[in-house]
Amino acid sequence: MAVAAPIRVLEAQYRTYRRTWRGSVISTFLQPVLFLTAIGVGLGTLVDDGAGTSTLPIAYLAFLATGILPATAMQTGSSDGAWPVMAGFKWRKDYYATIATPITVRDLILGRFGFAAIRLTFVLTIYTIIMALFDAVPLWPGVLGIPPAVLTGLAFTALVTAYTCTLENEIGLANLFRFGIVPLFLFSGTFFPVSQLPDWLEPLAPLTPLYHGVELVRKLVLSDLEAPLVSSTSMWVHLAYLVVVLVIGTALAVRFLDRKLLV
Amino acid sequence: MAVPLVIAESLTKRFDDITAVDSVDFEIHPGESFGFLGPNGAGKTSTMRMIATVSPVTSGTLSVFGLDPAADGRQIRGRLGVVPQEDNLDLELTVAENLYIYGRYHDMARPKIKEKIEELLDFAELTARRDSQVETLSGGMKRRLTIARALINEPDLVILDEPTTGLDPQARHLLWDRLYRLKQQGATLIISTHYMDEAEQLCDRLVVMDKAKIVAEGSPRALIDEYAPREVVELRIHNGMEAAIEQLVKLAPRIEPLADRVLVYTDDADRTLKEVHDQGIVTDSALVRRSTLEDVFLRLTGRALID
Repeated sequence: MAVAAPIRVLEAQYRTYRRTWRGSVISTFLQPVLFLTAIGVGLGTLVDDGAGTSTLPIAYLAFLATGILPATAMQTGSSDGAWPVMAGFKWRKDYYATIATPITVRDLILGRFGFAAIRLTFVLTIYTIIMALFDAVPLWPGVLGIPPAVLTGLAFTALVTAYTCTLENEIGLANLFRFGIVPLFLFSGTFFPVSQLPDWLEPLAPLTPLYHGVELVRKLVLSDLEAPLVSSTSMWVHLAYLVVVLVIGTALAVRFLDRKLLV
Repeated sequence: MAVPLVIAESLTKRFDDITAVDSVDFEIHPGESFGFLGPNGAGKTSTMRMIATVSPVTSGTLSVFGLDPAADGRQIRGRLGVVPQEDNLDLELTVAENLYIYGRYHDMARPKIKEKIEELLDFAELTARRDSQVETLSGGMKRRLTIARALINEPDLVILDEPTTGLDPQARHLLWDRLYRLKQQGATLIISTHYMDEAEQLCDRLVVMDKAKIVAEGSPRALIDEYAPREVVELRIHNGMEAAIEQLVKLAPRIEPLADRVLVYTDDADRTLKEVHDQGIVTDSALVRRSTLEDVFLRLTGRALID
Protein backbone atom coordinates (compact mmCIF):
# COMPACT_ATOMS: atom_id res chain seq x y z
CA MET A 1 0.00 0.00 0.00
CA ALA A 2 1.33 3.40 -0.92
CA VAL A 3 2.07 5.58 2.06
CA ALA A 4 2.26 9.38 1.79
CA ALA A 5 5.86 10.47 1.33
CA PRO A 6 6.15 12.63 4.50
CA ILE A 7 5.00 9.67 6.58
CA ARG A 8 7.84 7.58 5.14
CA VAL A 9 10.31 10.28 6.17
CA LEU A 10 8.76 10.26 9.63
CA GLU A 11 9.23 6.51 9.81
CA ALA A 12 12.92 6.88 8.93
CA GLN A 13 13.29 9.59 11.57
CA TYR A 14 11.77 7.29 14.14
CA ARG A 15 14.16 4.47 13.23
CA THR A 16 17.15 6.75 13.65
CA TYR A 17 15.79 8.17 16.89
CA ARG A 18 15.32 4.67 18.29
CA ARG A 19 19.09 4.26 18.04
CA THR A 20 20.08 7.68 19.34
CA TRP A 21 17.49 8.79 21.92
CA ARG A 22 19.62 7.84 24.90
CA GLY A 23 22.06 10.66 24.17
CA SER A 24 19.45 13.40 24.55
CA VAL A 25 17.04 11.99 27.10
CA ILE A 26 18.96 12.93 30.26
CA SER A 27 19.48 16.58 29.30
CA THR A 28 15.89 16.88 28.11
CA PHE A 29 14.43 15.91 31.48
CA LEU A 30 17.18 17.11 33.76
CA GLN A 31 16.82 20.74 32.84
CA PRO A 32 13.17 21.21 33.82
CA VAL A 33 13.74 19.20 37.00
CA LEU A 34 16.65 21.46 37.93
CA PHE A 35 14.59 24.58 37.26
CA LEU A 36 11.64 23.29 39.25
CA THR A 37 13.87 22.37 42.17
CA ALA A 38 16.13 25.41 42.30
CA ILE A 39 13.85 28.20 41.25
CA GLY A 40 10.42 26.70 41.81
CA VAL A 41 10.93 25.08 45.20
CA GLY A 42 13.93 27.12 46.42
CA LEU A 43 13.19 30.62 45.23
CA GLY A 44 9.47 29.93 45.14
CA THR A 45 9.39 29.43 48.91
CA LEU A 46 10.82 32.92 49.36
CA VAL A 47 8.34 34.41 46.88
CA ASP A 48 5.38 32.74 48.52
CA ASP A 49 6.51 33.68 52.06
CA GLY A 50 7.29 37.29 51.23
CA ALA A 51 5.48 40.02 49.41
CA GLY A 52 4.77 37.57 46.63
CA THR A 53 1.69 36.15 48.29
CA SER A 54 -0.08 39.44 47.95
CA THR A 55 0.27 39.43 44.14
CA LEU A 56 0.24 35.71 43.31
CA PRO A 57 -2.99 33.93 44.19
CA ILE A 58 -1.29 30.61 43.50
CA ALA A 59 1.98 28.95 44.49
CA TYR A 60 4.96 30.31 42.56
CA LEU A 61 5.89 26.72 41.67
CA ALA A 62 2.64 26.38 39.68
CA PHE A 63 3.25 29.68 37.92
CA LEU A 64 6.80 28.67 37.03
CA ALA A 65 5.97 25.12 35.93
CA THR A 66 3.38 26.37 33.43
CA GLY A 67 6.01 28.71 32.00
CA ILE A 68 8.79 26.13 31.86
CA LEU A 69 6.55 23.72 29.92
CA PRO A 70 6.30 25.85 26.73
CA ALA A 71 9.85 27.17 27.31
CA THR A 72 11.17 23.60 27.28
CA ALA A 73 9.15 23.00 24.14
CA MET A 74 10.82 26.04 22.60
CA GLN A 75 14.29 24.76 23.45
CA THR A 76 13.65 21.21 22.29
CA GLY A 77 11.92 22.45 19.15
CA SER A 78 14.67 24.96 18.35
CA SER A 79 17.46 22.42 18.82
CA ASP A 80 15.61 20.10 16.47
CA GLY A 81 15.69 22.75 13.77
CA ALA A 82 19.34 23.61 14.35
CA TRP A 83 22.14 21.02 14.55
CA PRO A 84 20.37 18.04 12.95
CA VAL A 85 19.40 20.24 9.99
CA MET A 86 22.93 21.54 9.52
CA ALA A 87 24.20 17.96 9.77
CA GLY A 88 21.68 17.00 7.09
CA PHE A 89 23.03 19.37 4.47
CA LYS A 90 26.59 20.02 5.65
CA TRP A 91 28.14 17.41 7.93
CA ARG A 92 26.48 14.06 7.24
CA LYS A 93 24.72 15.16 4.10
CA ASP A 94 22.00 12.60 4.66
CA TYR A 95 19.46 15.04 3.18
CA TYR A 96 21.16 14.58 -0.18
CA ALA A 97 20.61 10.84 0.14
CA THR A 98 16.95 11.37 0.97
CA ILE A 99 16.15 13.67 -1.94
CA ALA A 100 17.91 11.35 -4.41
CA THR A 101 14.78 9.19 -4.02
CA PRO A 102 11.16 10.06 -4.85
CA ILE A 103 11.10 12.07 -1.60
CA THR A 104 10.99 15.85 -2.23
CA VAL A 105 12.33 18.65 -0.04
CA ARG A 106 8.77 19.39 1.03
CA ASP A 107 8.19 15.75 2.04
CA LEU A 108 11.45 15.84 3.98
CA ILE A 109 10.48 18.97 5.92
CA LEU A 110 6.92 17.80 6.64
CA GLY A 111 8.13 14.36 7.75
CA ARG A 112 10.72 15.89 10.03
CA PHE A 113 8.21 18.29 11.57
CA GLY A 114 5.73 15.46 12.01
CA PHE A 115 8.28 13.49 13.93
CA ALA A 116 9.28 16.59 15.91
CA ALA A 117 5.62 16.91 16.98
CA ILE A 118 5.56 13.33 18.22
CA ARG A 119 8.81 13.74 20.10
CA LEU A 120 7.64 17.02 21.66
CA THR A 121 4.42 15.37 22.79
CA PHE A 122 6.41 12.59 24.41
CA VAL A 123 8.87 14.95 26.14
CA LEU A 124 6.13 17.31 27.36
CA THR A 125 3.98 14.47 28.65
CA ILE A 126 6.86 13.25 30.80
CA TYR A 127 7.41 16.81 31.90
CA THR A 128 3.75 17.17 32.87
CA ILE A 129 4.05 14.02 34.99
CA ILE A 130 7.14 15.49 36.68
CA MET A 131 5.15 18.69 37.36
CA ALA A 132 2.49 16.62 39.05
CA LEU A 133 5.09 14.73 41.11
CA PHE A 134 6.48 18.08 42.27
CA ASP A 135 2.95 19.05 43.34
CA ALA A 136 3.25 22.02 41.01
CA VAL A 137 0.18 21.33 38.91
CA PRO A 138 -2.09 18.27 39.12
CA LEU A 139 -2.24 16.01 36.05
CA TRP A 140 -5.68 17.40 35.35
CA PRO A 141 -5.77 20.15 34.16
CA GLY A 142 -2.01 19.94 33.67
CA VAL A 143 -2.34 17.89 30.46
CA LEU A 144 -4.28 20.75 28.86
CA GLY A 145 -0.95 22.54 28.57
CA ILE A 146 0.58 19.87 26.35
CA PRO A 147 -1.05 20.72 22.98
CA PRO A 148 -0.28 24.47 23.09
CA ALA A 149 3.27 23.71 24.26
CA VAL A 150 3.75 21.26 21.37
CA LEU A 151 2.48 23.93 18.99
CA THR A 152 4.94 26.43 20.49
CA GLY A 153 7.82 23.97 20.09
CA LEU A 154 6.89 23.21 16.49
CA ALA A 155 6.64 26.88 15.59
CA PHE A 156 10.23 27.21 16.77
CA THR A 157 11.32 24.07 14.90
CA ALA A 158 9.97 25.63 11.72
CA LEU A 159 11.50 29.07 12.27
CA VAL A 160 14.89 27.71 13.33
CA THR A 161 14.97 25.18 10.46
CA ALA A 162 14.37 28.00 8.00
CA TYR A 163 17.09 30.09 9.65
CA THR A 164 19.58 27.19 9.73
CA CYS A 165 19.08 26.64 6.00
CA THR A 166 20.37 30.16 5.34
CA LEU A 167 23.63 29.54 7.22
CA GLU A 168 27.00 28.34 5.97
CA ASN A 169 28.35 27.21 9.34
CA GLU A 170 27.41 26.66 12.97
CA ILE A 171 28.55 30.06 14.29
CA GLY A 172 25.12 31.41 13.40
CA LEU A 173 23.51 28.65 15.46
CA ALA A 174 25.51 29.45 18.59
CA ASN A 175 24.52 33.09 18.17
CA LEU A 176 20.87 32.23 17.71
CA PHE A 177 20.77 30.46 21.04
CA ARG A 178 22.94 33.02 22.84
CA PHE A 179 21.13 36.12 21.60
CA GLY A 180 17.74 34.72 20.63
CA ILE A 181 16.54 31.68 22.50
CA VAL A 182 18.06 32.45 25.93
CA PRO A 183 16.64 36.01 26.13
CA LEU A 184 13.25 34.68 25.03
CA PHE A 185 13.48 32.03 27.72
CA LEU A 186 14.12 34.73 30.36
CA PHE A 187 11.78 37.52 29.23
CA SER A 188 8.67 35.88 27.77
CA GLY A 189 6.86 35.51 31.05
CA THR A 190 8.41 32.18 31.96
CA PHE A 191 9.74 33.25 35.39
CA PHE A 192 7.66 36.32 36.09
CA PRO A 193 4.63 38.00 34.54
CA VAL A 194 5.41 40.15 31.53
CA SER A 195 3.73 43.04 33.38
CA GLN A 196 6.83 43.15 35.59
CA LEU A 197 9.05 44.00 32.63
CA PRO A 198 10.30 47.61 32.24
CA ASP A 199 7.69 49.66 30.42
CA TRP A 200 9.74 49.92 27.21
CA LEU A 201 10.22 46.14 27.02
CA GLU A 202 6.68 45.12 27.80
CA PRO A 203 5.17 45.86 24.37
CA LEU A 204 7.89 43.73 22.76
CA ALA A 205 6.91 40.54 24.57
CA PRO A 206 3.74 39.85 22.50
CA LEU A 207 5.88 39.80 19.38
CA THR A 208 7.61 36.59 20.44
CA PRO A 209 6.04 33.17 19.89
CA LEU A 210 7.07 31.94 23.34
CA TYR A 211 5.01 34.68 25.02
CA HIS A 212 1.89 33.39 23.29
CA GLY A 213 2.77 29.81 24.18
CA VAL A 214 3.22 30.70 27.86
CA GLU A 215 0.02 32.74 27.96
CA LEU A 216 -1.98 30.01 26.30
CA VAL A 217 -0.69 27.28 28.62
CA ARG A 218 -1.35 29.39 31.75
CA LYS A 219 -4.83 30.43 30.66
CA LEU A 220 -5.75 26.79 30.01
CA VAL A 221 -4.11 25.21 33.04
CA LEU A 222 -4.36 27.96 35.68
CA SER A 223 -7.79 29.25 34.83
CA ASP A 224 -8.02 31.35 38.02
CA LEU A 225 -5.20 33.66 36.98
CA GLU A 226 -6.20 37.18 36.05
CA ALA A 227 -4.51 40.31 34.71
CA PRO A 228 -1.81 41.44 35.23
CA LEU A 229 -0.46 37.94 35.90
CA VAL A 230 -1.75 36.94 32.50
CA SER A 231 -2.88 39.26 29.72
CA SER A 232 -6.52 39.83 28.90
CA THR A 233 -5.93 38.80 25.30
CA SER A 234 -8.20 36.05 23.94
CA MET A 235 -6.77 32.53 23.79
CA TRP A 236 -7.76 32.44 20.11
CA VAL A 237 -5.35 35.27 19.40
CA HIS A 238 -2.50 33.29 20.98
CA LEU A 239 -3.48 30.19 19.05
CA ALA A 240 -3.77 32.06 15.76
CA TYR A 241 -0.40 33.71 16.29
CA LEU A 242 1.34 30.36 16.86
CA VAL A 243 -0.38 28.73 13.90
CA VAL A 244 0.60 31.61 11.61
CA VAL A 245 4.23 31.38 12.77
CA LEU A 246 4.21 27.62 12.17
CA VAL A 247 2.78 27.96 8.67
CA ILE A 248 5.10 30.78 7.62
CA GLY A 249 8.10 29.04 9.21
CA THR A 250 7.31 25.80 7.36
CA ALA A 251 6.94 27.57 4.02
CA LEU A 252 10.27 29.35 4.54
CA ALA A 253 11.98 26.15 5.66
CA VAL A 254 10.89 24.36 2.47
CA ARG A 255 11.99 27.27 0.32
CA PHE A 256 15.38 27.75 1.96
CA LEU A 257 16.23 24.04 2.13
CA ASP A 258 15.23 23.73 -1.50
CA ARG A 259 17.64 26.53 -2.35
CA LYS A 260 20.35 24.85 -0.30
CA LEU A 261 20.05 21.34 -1.71
CA LEU A 262 18.87 21.79 -5.28
CA VAL A 263 21.67 23.86 -6.80
CA MET B 1 17.98 1.02 -31.77
CA ALA B 2 15.97 1.36 -28.58
CA VAL B 3 14.83 4.77 -27.38
CA PRO B 4 17.64 6.49 -25.41
CA LEU B 5 17.18 6.67 -21.63
CA VAL B 6 18.84 10.07 -21.46
CA ILE B 7 18.96 12.72 -24.15
CA ALA B 8 20.84 15.98 -23.60
CA GLU B 9 20.84 18.77 -26.16
CA SER B 10 22.86 21.95 -25.63
CA LEU B 11 22.65 21.14 -21.94
CA THR B 12 24.10 23.99 -19.90
CA LYS B 13 24.58 24.64 -16.19
CA ARG B 14 25.70 28.00 -14.83
CA PHE B 15 26.41 29.00 -11.25
CA ASP B 16 26.47 32.79 -10.95
CA ASP B 17 29.42 33.63 -13.21
CA ILE B 18 30.83 30.10 -13.61
CA THR B 19 29.72 27.87 -16.45
CA ALA B 20 29.99 24.32 -15.10
CA VAL B 21 28.49 22.57 -18.12
CA ASP B 22 28.68 24.35 -21.46
CA SER B 23 26.19 23.24 -24.10
CA VAL B 24 26.85 19.50 -24.16
CA ASP B 25 25.02 16.91 -26.25
CA PHE B 26 24.87 13.20 -25.56
CA GLU B 27 22.55 10.19 -25.53
CA ILE B 28 22.62 7.22 -23.21
CA HIS B 29 21.08 3.98 -24.40
CA PRO B 30 19.52 1.12 -22.44
CA GLY B 31 21.97 -1.55 -21.38
CA GLU B 32 25.09 0.45 -22.01
CA SER B 33 27.68 1.58 -19.56
CA PHE B 34 28.33 5.23 -20.28
CA GLY B 35 31.25 7.22 -18.89
CA PHE B 36 32.13 10.83 -18.25
CA LEU B 37 35.91 11.00 -18.17
CA GLY B 38 37.65 14.20 -17.17
CA PRO B 39 39.67 15.93 -14.49
CA ASN B 40 38.13 17.45 -11.35
CA GLY B 41 36.04 20.49 -12.21
CA ALA B 42 35.35 19.39 -15.79
CA GLY B 43 31.58 19.41 -15.21
CA LYS B 44 30.99 15.68 -14.71
CA THR B 45 29.24 15.95 -11.35
CA SER B 46 27.11 18.90 -12.44
CA THR B 47 25.94 16.93 -15.48
CA MET B 48 25.08 13.89 -13.39
CA ARG B 49 23.25 15.98 -10.80
CA MET B 50 21.06 17.38 -13.56
CA ILE B 51 20.27 13.86 -14.78
CA ALA B 52 19.47 12.88 -11.18
CA THR B 53 16.96 15.79 -11.11
CA VAL B 54 18.59 17.45 -8.09
CA SER B 55 20.06 20.36 -10.02
CA PRO B 56 17.91 22.59 -12.24
CA VAL B 57 18.96 22.85 -15.89
CA THR B 58 20.09 26.40 -16.80
CA SER B 59 19.43 26.05 -20.53
CA GLY B 60 19.20 23.46 -23.25
CA THR B 61 17.06 20.36 -22.95
CA LEU B 62 17.38 17.19 -20.94
CA SER B 63 15.08 14.21 -20.96
CA VAL B 64 15.39 11.20 -18.68
CA PHE B 65 13.20 8.16 -19.47
CA GLY B 66 11.46 10.52 -21.87
CA LEU B 67 10.40 12.69 -18.92
CA ASP B 68 11.26 16.26 -17.95
CA PRO B 69 13.47 16.50 -14.83
CA ALA B 70 11.94 19.84 -13.86
CA ALA B 71 8.36 18.56 -13.91
CA ASP B 72 8.61 14.82 -13.27
CA GLY B 73 11.50 14.66 -10.79
CA ARG B 74 9.73 12.36 -8.37
CA GLN B 75 8.83 9.87 -11.08
CA ILE B 76 12.32 9.91 -12.60
CA ARG B 77 14.05 9.46 -9.22
CA GLY B 78 11.86 6.46 -8.52
CA ARG B 79 13.58 4.68 -11.43
CA LEU B 80 17.12 5.88 -10.67
CA GLY B 81 19.84 4.54 -8.41
CA VAL B 82 22.29 7.22 -7.29
CA VAL B 83 25.77 6.64 -5.87
CA PRO B 84 27.13 10.04 -4.85
CA GLN B 85 30.78 10.99 -4.76
CA GLU B 86 30.74 11.22 -0.98
CA ASP B 87 29.07 8.46 1.02
CA ASN B 88 26.03 9.85 2.79
CA LEU B 89 24.93 6.78 4.70
CA ASP B 90 23.23 6.98 8.07
CA LEU B 91 26.21 6.16 10.30
CA GLU B 92 24.19 5.45 13.41
CA LEU B 93 22.04 2.82 11.75
CA THR B 94 23.01 -0.70 10.82
CA VAL B 95 23.83 -1.89 7.33
CA ALA B 96 20.42 -3.54 6.90
CA GLU B 97 18.57 -0.53 8.34
CA ASN B 98 20.21 1.79 5.83
CA LEU B 99 18.88 -0.39 3.03
CA TYR B 100 15.49 -0.66 4.67
CA ILE B 101 15.00 3.10 5.01
CA TYR B 102 15.95 3.62 1.40
CA GLY B 103 13.43 1.00 0.37
CA ARG B 104 10.80 2.90 2.31
CA TYR B 105 11.78 6.18 0.67
CA HIS B 106 11.04 4.38 -2.58
CA ASP B 107 7.68 3.36 -1.17
CA MET B 108 8.40 -0.35 -1.48
CA ALA B 109 6.36 -2.86 0.49
CA ARG B 110 8.12 -4.25 3.58
CA PRO B 111 8.26 -7.93 2.46
CA LYS B 112 9.73 -6.87 -0.88
CA ILE B 113 12.36 -4.71 0.87
CA LYS B 114 13.33 -7.60 3.17
CA GLU B 115 13.81 -9.85 0.17
CA LYS B 116 15.89 -7.24 -1.67
CA ILE B 117 18.05 -6.60 1.41
CA GLU B 118 19.20 -10.23 1.52
CA GLU B 119 19.95 -10.21 -2.19
CA LEU B 120 21.89 -6.93 -2.02
CA LEU B 121 23.84 -7.87 1.11
CA ASP B 122 25.00 -10.92 -0.79
CA PHE B 123 25.85 -8.85 -3.86
CA ALA B 124 27.84 -6.35 -1.80
CA GLU B 125 29.48 -9.09 0.27
CA LEU B 126 28.13 -7.53 3.44
CA THR B 127 25.92 -10.36 4.71
CA ALA B 128 28.22 -10.94 7.68
CA ARG B 129 27.94 -7.25 8.58
CA ARG B 130 24.20 -6.86 8.20
CA ASP B 131 23.67 -5.79 11.82
CA SER B 132 26.87 -3.77 12.20
CA GLN B 133 26.61 -0.05 12.70
CA VAL B 134 27.73 1.66 9.50
CA GLU B 135 30.26 3.77 11.43
CA THR B 136 32.34 0.64 12.02
CA LEU B 137 32.67 -0.31 8.33
CA SER B 138 35.81 0.21 6.24
CA GLY B 139 35.81 2.71 3.38
CA GLY B 140 35.39 -0.03 0.79
CA MET B 141 32.47 -1.60 2.67
CA LYS B 142 30.72 1.77 3.00
CA ARG B 143 31.13 2.29 -0.72
CA ARG B 144 29.66 -1.14 -1.48
CA LEU B 145 26.77 -0.40 0.86
CA THR B 146 26.13 2.91 -0.90
CA ILE B 147 25.97 1.01 -4.18
CA ALA B 148 23.70 -1.65 -2.71
CA ARG B 149 21.45 1.10 -1.36
CA ALA B 150 21.21 2.62 -4.84
CA LEU B 151 20.00 -0.74 -6.19
CA ILE B 152 17.21 -1.33 -3.67
CA ASN B 153 14.49 -0.06 -6.04
CA GLU B 154 15.75 -2.16 -8.98
CA PRO B 155 16.60 1.00 -10.93
CA ASP B 156 16.50 1.25 -14.72
CA LEU B 157 19.53 3.54 -14.61
CA VAL B 158 22.35 3.68 -12.07
CA ILE B 159 24.37 6.87 -11.70
CA LEU B 160 27.81 6.47 -10.12
CA ASP B 161 29.82 9.61 -9.42
CA GLU B 162 33.50 8.75 -8.98
CA PRO B 163 32.68 5.35 -7.51
CA THR B 164 36.20 4.38 -6.45
CA THR B 165 37.80 7.70 -5.55
CA GLY B 166 39.60 7.44 -2.24
CA LEU B 167 39.66 3.64 -2.09
CA ASP B 168 42.77 1.50 -1.80
CA PRO B 169 43.65 -0.69 -4.84
CA GLN B 170 42.23 -3.88 -3.35
CA ALA B 171 38.90 -2.26 -2.48
CA ARG B 172 38.79 -0.70 -5.94
CA HIS B 173 39.21 -4.03 -7.67
CA LEU B 174 36.48 -5.63 -5.59
CA LEU B 175 34.19 -2.73 -6.46
CA TRP B 176 35.00 -2.97 -10.16
CA ASP B 177 34.20 -6.63 -10.00
CA ARG B 178 30.77 -5.84 -8.51
CA LEU B 179 30.07 -3.13 -11.09
CA TYR B 180 31.15 -5.45 -13.85
CA ARG B 181 28.66 -8.03 -12.61
CA LEU B 182 25.96 -5.40 -12.60
CA LYS B 183 26.84 -4.57 -16.19
CA GLN B 184 26.66 -8.26 -17.13
CA GLN B 185 23.15 -8.38 -15.69
CA GLY B 186 22.15 -5.74 -18.23
CA ALA B 187 22.01 -2.67 -16.02
CA THR B 188 22.46 0.75 -17.60
CA LEU B 189 25.24 2.59 -15.84
CA ILE B 190 26.47 6.18 -15.95
CA ILE B 191 29.91 6.47 -14.44
CA SER B 192 32.00 9.58 -13.92
CA THR B 193 35.67 9.15 -13.23
CA HIS B 194 39.04 10.78 -13.54
CA TYR B 195 40.74 7.37 -13.60
CA MET B 196 41.42 6.26 -17.14
CA ASP B 197 41.81 2.63 -16.10
CA GLU B 198 38.36 2.72 -14.52
CA ALA B 199 36.86 4.19 -17.67
CA GLU B 200 38.61 1.55 -19.81
CA GLN B 201 37.45 -1.30 -17.61
CA LEU B 202 33.84 -0.30 -17.09
CA CYS B 203 32.64 1.90 -19.94
CA ASP B 204 31.30 0.73 -23.28
CA ARG B 205 31.18 4.29 -24.47
CA LEU B 206 32.35 7.54 -22.97
CA VAL B 207 32.64 11.24 -23.45
CA VAL B 208 35.81 13.08 -22.51
CA MET B 209 35.01 16.32 -20.67
CA ASP B 210 37.28 19.24 -20.13
CA LYS B 211 36.48 22.77 -18.95
CA ALA B 212 32.69 22.22 -19.09
CA LYS B 213 32.71 20.89 -22.65
CA ILE B 214 32.69 17.48 -24.29
CA VAL B 215 35.90 17.20 -26.31
CA ALA B 216 35.55 13.66 -27.66
CA GLU B 217 33.16 10.73 -27.69
CA GLY B 218 33.45 7.03 -28.47
CA SER B 219 34.34 3.65 -27.07
CA PRO B 220 37.62 3.55 -25.10
CA ARG B 221 39.22 1.53 -27.92
CA ALA B 222 37.98 3.83 -30.67
CA LEU B 223 39.16 6.92 -28.80
CA ILE B 224 42.62 5.47 -28.33
CA ASP B 225 42.81 4.43 -31.95
CA GLU B 226 41.69 7.83 -33.09
CA TYR B 227 43.73 10.08 -30.84
CA ALA B 228 46.88 8.17 -29.94
CA PRO B 229 49.41 6.05 -31.82
CA ARG B 230 49.45 2.47 -30.69
CA GLU B 231 52.37 2.55 -28.30
CA VAL B 232 54.23 4.87 -26.00
CA VAL B 233 57.86 4.96 -24.95
CA GLU B 234 58.22 6.72 -21.62
CA LEU B 235 61.71 8.07 -21.15
CA ARG B 236 63.12 9.47 -17.93
CA ILE B 237 65.98 11.78 -18.67
CA HIS B 238 67.86 13.49 -15.88
CA ASN B 239 70.53 15.42 -17.71
CA GLY B 240 70.21 17.15 -21.04
CA MET B 241 66.43 16.96 -21.27
CA GLU B 242 66.17 19.88 -23.69
CA ALA B 243 68.82 18.58 -26.08
CA ALA B 244 67.18 15.14 -25.98
CA ILE B 245 63.79 16.62 -26.81
CA GLU B 246 65.21 18.30 -29.91
CA GLN B 247 66.53 14.96 -31.11
CA LEU B 248 63.36 13.06 -30.20
CA VAL B 249 61.13 15.38 -32.25
CA LYS B 250 62.89 14.08 -35.36
CA LEU B 251 62.37 10.44 -34.38
CA ALA B 252 58.65 10.32 -33.71
CA PRO B 253 55.51 11.97 -35.13
CA ARG B 254 54.53 13.21 -31.67
CA ILE B 255 56.22 13.60 -28.33
CA GLU B 256 54.84 14.95 -25.08
CA PRO B 257 57.37 16.41 -22.63
CA LEU B 258 56.10 16.22 -19.04
CA ALA B 259 57.70 17.51 -15.86
CA ASP B 260 59.67 14.37 -15.08
CA ARG B 261 59.63 12.41 -18.31
CA VAL B 262 59.05 12.50 -22.07
CA LEU B 263 56.34 10.45 -23.79
CA VAL B 264 57.22 9.35 -27.31
CA TYR B 265 54.20 8.19 -29.34
CA THR B 266 54.92 5.61 -31.99
CA ASP B 267 53.45 2.67 -33.85
CA ASP B 268 56.51 0.54 -33.18
CA ALA B 269 57.96 1.06 -29.75
CA ASP B 270 60.85 -1.37 -30.09
CA ARG B 271 62.13 0.31 -33.22
CA THR B 272 61.75 3.79 -31.68
CA LEU B 273 63.55 2.72 -28.54
CA LYS B 274 66.40 1.33 -30.61
CA GLU B 275 66.60 4.59 -32.55
CA VAL B 276 66.71 6.54 -29.30
CA HIS B 277 69.73 4.56 -28.18
CA ASP B 278 71.34 4.74 -31.65
CA GLN B 279 71.11 8.52 -31.45
CA GLY B 280 73.10 8.35 -28.24
CA ILE B 281 70.33 9.84 -26.08
CA VAL B 282 71.15 8.94 -22.47
CA THR B 283 68.06 7.90 -20.52
CA ASP B 284 67.72 7.00 -16.85
CA SER B 285 64.93 4.61 -17.63
CA ALA B 286 62.75 3.64 -20.56
CA LEU B 287 59.32 2.04 -20.39
CA VAL B 288 57.29 0.72 -23.28
CA ARG B 289 53.50 0.54 -22.95
CA ARG B 290 50.30 0.62 -24.96
CA SER B 291 48.45 3.90 -25.37
CA THR B 292 45.65 4.52 -22.89
CA LEU B 293 42.84 7.00 -22.39
CA GLU B 294 45.31 9.06 -20.39
CA ASP B 295 47.22 9.63 -23.63
CA VAL B 296 43.99 10.50 -25.40
CA PHE B 297 43.24 13.09 -22.76
CA LEU B 298 46.74 14.50 -22.94
CA ARG B 299 46.42 14.77 -26.71
CA LEU B 300 43.04 16.49 -26.53
CA THR B 301 43.76 18.95 -23.75
CA GLY B 302 47.52 19.12 -23.37
CA ARG B 303 47.12 18.26 -19.70
CA ALA B 304 47.15 15.17 -17.51
CA LEU B 305 43.90 13.80 -16.06
CA ILE B 306 45.16 13.86 -12.50
CA ASP B 307 47.48 16.69 -11.59
